[in-house]
Amino acid sequence: MIELTVNGKKHSVDVEPEMPLLWVLRDVLDVKGPKFGCGIAQCGACTVHLNGEPVRSCSVPVSAAAGQKVLTIEGLAQRGQLHPVQKAWIDNEVPQCGYCQSGQIMAAVALLARNANPSDKDIDAAMTNICRCGTYARIRTAIHAAAKAPKSAKA
Amino acid sequence: MKNISRREFLKSSAAIGGGLTVGFGPLGAFAQNAAQKTGDAEINAWVVVRPDDGIIIRYARSEMGQGSMTSAPMLVAEELECDWRRVKVEYASANANVKRKRAWGDMASVGSRTIRNSQEYLRKAGATAREMLVAAAAQQWKVPASECTAQNSFITHGPSKRRVSYGKVADAASRLQAPKDVKLKDPKDWKLIGKSVKRIDIPDTVMGRQRYGIDTQLDGMLYAAIAQCPVFGGKVKAMDGSRVEGRRGIVKVLSMESFVAVVADNWWRAKEALRDVHIDWDVGANGNASSASLMEFYRSGLEAKEDIAVARKDGDFEAAFGASAKKLEAEYFTPYLAHSCMEPMGCTAVLKDGRLDVWTSTQNAEASLAVAAATAGVPLENVEVHRTQLGGGFGRRGGAQDFVRQGVMIAKAMEGKPVKMLWTREEDTQHDFYRPASLVRMKAALDDAGNPTAWYSRVASTSIFSTLVHLPLKPPFSPAEGVDPQAVASIFDIPHSIPNVQVEYAQRNAYVPVGFWRTVGHSQNPFVRESFMDELAAAAGKDPFEYRRALLQKSPKDLAILEATAKAAGWGSPLPAGVFRGIAETEGYGSYTSAVAELSVNKNGEVSIRRLVLGIDPGYAVNPDNIQAQLQGSAVFMLTAMFWGEITLRDGRVEQTNFDNYRMMRLREMPKVEVVLAPTGGFWGGVGEPGQASIAPAVCNAIFAATGKRIRSLPLKNHGLTLA
Repeated sequence: MIELTVNGKKHSVDVEPEMPLLWVLRDVLDVKGPKFGCGIAQCGACTVHLNGEPVRSCSVPVSAAAGQKVLTIEGLAQRGQLHPVQKAWIDNEVPQCGYCQSGQIMAAVALLARNANPSDKDIDAAMTNICRCGTYARIRTAIHAAAKAPKSAKA
Repeated sequence: MKNISRREFLKSSAAIGGGLTVGFGPLGAFAQNAAQKTGDAEINAWVVVRPDDGIIIRYARSEMGQGSMTSAPMLVAEELECDWRRVKVEYASANANVKRKRAWGDMASVGSRTIRNSQEYLRKAGATAREMLVAAAAQQWKVPASECTAQNSFITHGPSKRRVSYGKVADAASRLQAPKDVKLKDPKDWKLIGKSVKRIDIPDTVMGRQRYGIDTQLDGMLYAAIAQCPVFGGKVKAMDGSRVEGRRGIVKVLSMESFVAVVADNWWRAKEALRDVHIDWDVGANGNASSASLMEFYRSGLEAKEDIAVARKDGDFEAAFGASAKKLEAEYFTPYLAHSCMEPMGCTAVLKDGRLDVWTSTQNAEASLAVAAATAGVPLENVEVHRTQLGGGFGRRGGAQDFVRQGVMIAKAMEGKPVKMLWTREEDTQHDFYRPASLVRMKAALDDAGNPTAWYSRVASTSIFSTLVHLPLKPPFSPAEGVDPQAVASIFDIPHSIPNVQVEYAQRNAYVPVGFWRTVGHSQNPFVRESFMDELAAAAGKDPFEYRRALLQKSPKDLAILEATAKAAGWGSPLPAGVFRGIAETEGYGSYTSAVAELSVNKNGEVSIRRLVLGIDPGYAVNPDNIQAQLQGSAVFMLTAMFWGEITLRDGRVEQTNFDNYRMMRLREMPKVEVVLAPTGGFWGGVGEPGQASIAPAVCNAIFAATGKRIRSLPLKNHGLTLA
């Protein structure tokens, strides 16, 4: 049995240690926010936070998450409060098909957690997830908007 | 900050433009418009009014990011005169569409035509429902309906000032006869159409609650991973699954003629086990095919003297070309491209007691339903295709329903158990219905003033219409049969004033499957047409904008968008040293588009795009912010394709597998895109696809201006160029 905490809730899963975290989340724990796009850590649609750090869960064996804290898009809103990044995403109408967006949002939240006021260059470096619909311009705008959101609004 | 408990969320999403109701009905029972509860009154197929004045507008087509799930209901709401904040949108049931004699009509989102093709009946549905609600109120008050007006979900009787909400008269209205003729609003009276309305599906997406086909979860569901023959058209010769039998979670290994499936208790186990299944493929006749052999095949189309269909013939090209002193000839090539939807192909199905339930991300629920029924051997009425959002479509999930066929084949083999089949990215890249490769020969003759007197194109490519959708290729492209309209799109209908034009099509149907890829023929032929037009301008020693302008005097809409875009881009104004411009103009999907690229190219071949100005005239602009989003997205889609996109073949197989060798543009490469929305009204044009058309030629024409090198084939990586 492997224990891990997902969005604040403890789980015990009986799976192979090499099973990717993404598939444990999706198929075992029914956490469908993280998406499958490539399986080789290229696209980032599966991005979740492992102890606060963004990881591509398709390429993280679940054993590496044992005893750790996993945060997915479903756990981002706190005490009924939208995260400022989610709010900025809605305000700026960022998503199109939306399939990559939970990964994009988790990557953006991680960026803002370590860099409260990122420059365009910082955004370029941090936001490497693929979006086929081409929402990049609005992702950039929304990250800047979230950075400017009042402190009290931040989760 | 808003509270976002479920209850509050419905309110807040309504406040920004309606919540989203997606019904995943209970297994075995058809989810017929799941949101409908007791007391809800269906005024007509499109409009349901609740006793509490909530409005449900049904949406028949698909949502894959193009925004039509918001803009199509806007058209209904405009005429319904309802409170948009109380509108919820739900998918019309594909099963109900069968049973109710296609009450919702065409369910496909393809060809940028959701708005274009349904705008009239959607607006009429809204107007009809409004008239019925008004009539019901008038009957209740015993006054003439002509004394009543409707606004914001209320009906008012003018003389007595009495007021009643839609919810109060909805039940009575639903029992009335629908009026035969309704008058639609004059566009100048529109309140909702033309305003930037928030997309109704976005809050669910941002909350991680949006459900795609891949997210289907059913009790007792099994999972399948599949391997298809690496050479198109091949079959399973022999299969040995003994190595994985008895392995943890493995339920069954299936040999299904053209593919092998492993069924397991989760998808990862199925996928891992599939690698240990030994499959001996009969690859068929194409095991030695390569990109080079395919190119020879297309070249045979350029050289052929017979079986050439003429798509257009104005005047006498041969005579004019022969008589001219100044001639140009060039060959252009555009490659096969994969769709690479972020959500790989997949399908969940359960076939039990003669009933079939299917969950899949589809651009055409009716086609999915038909393919599912035929595969299972059950009547159409016994099938439901449950609707979900699509993780990208781009044409992949419309015409070809291969994934539905496979999903149902597996479900049939698993006898009553629900099975979710999902492809790997590698399967997705290597088993697409690709944007056709196309080889085009161009010729033109110029008079002494540099104006074209003769223009010739011959296109050699695989026909999507004959190979995928099996439509007869016929006139209006007379005199010959055999012109695929997509193959010659934007070339055969060139709007420029040229007296002698001949456009020919050599159908060369290769074994590589082809399909509709966002913007289809307009994703490749404008590169040919508008680059060659630039060659003519250069040969004439004229400014490329002025050259086009002179030739478009008789095509006012093309001319207008060309001029509007050039003006916004500051065409002709001074640029910093090393920066150059390129321009292009096209028409397609009922809209007119133009692009100006402003860029520099350094000695390492890095192309820095400073600005990309994209103009569009879609006639009526229904949801302007969404149109801007579509054009921004079009820039990413086309820049990805033109710099890196190329599917190549060796030993009959596609060489590319995943995003590590089939490169996608990233955020850091996104140039500044400026959208010039210049709607002139009077017609309804598409917005999801036409924005791409002018981009490749505008960028390549700017590269010519910067380097003197004329680009005649894509992608640009093969010319040593990359996007900085």
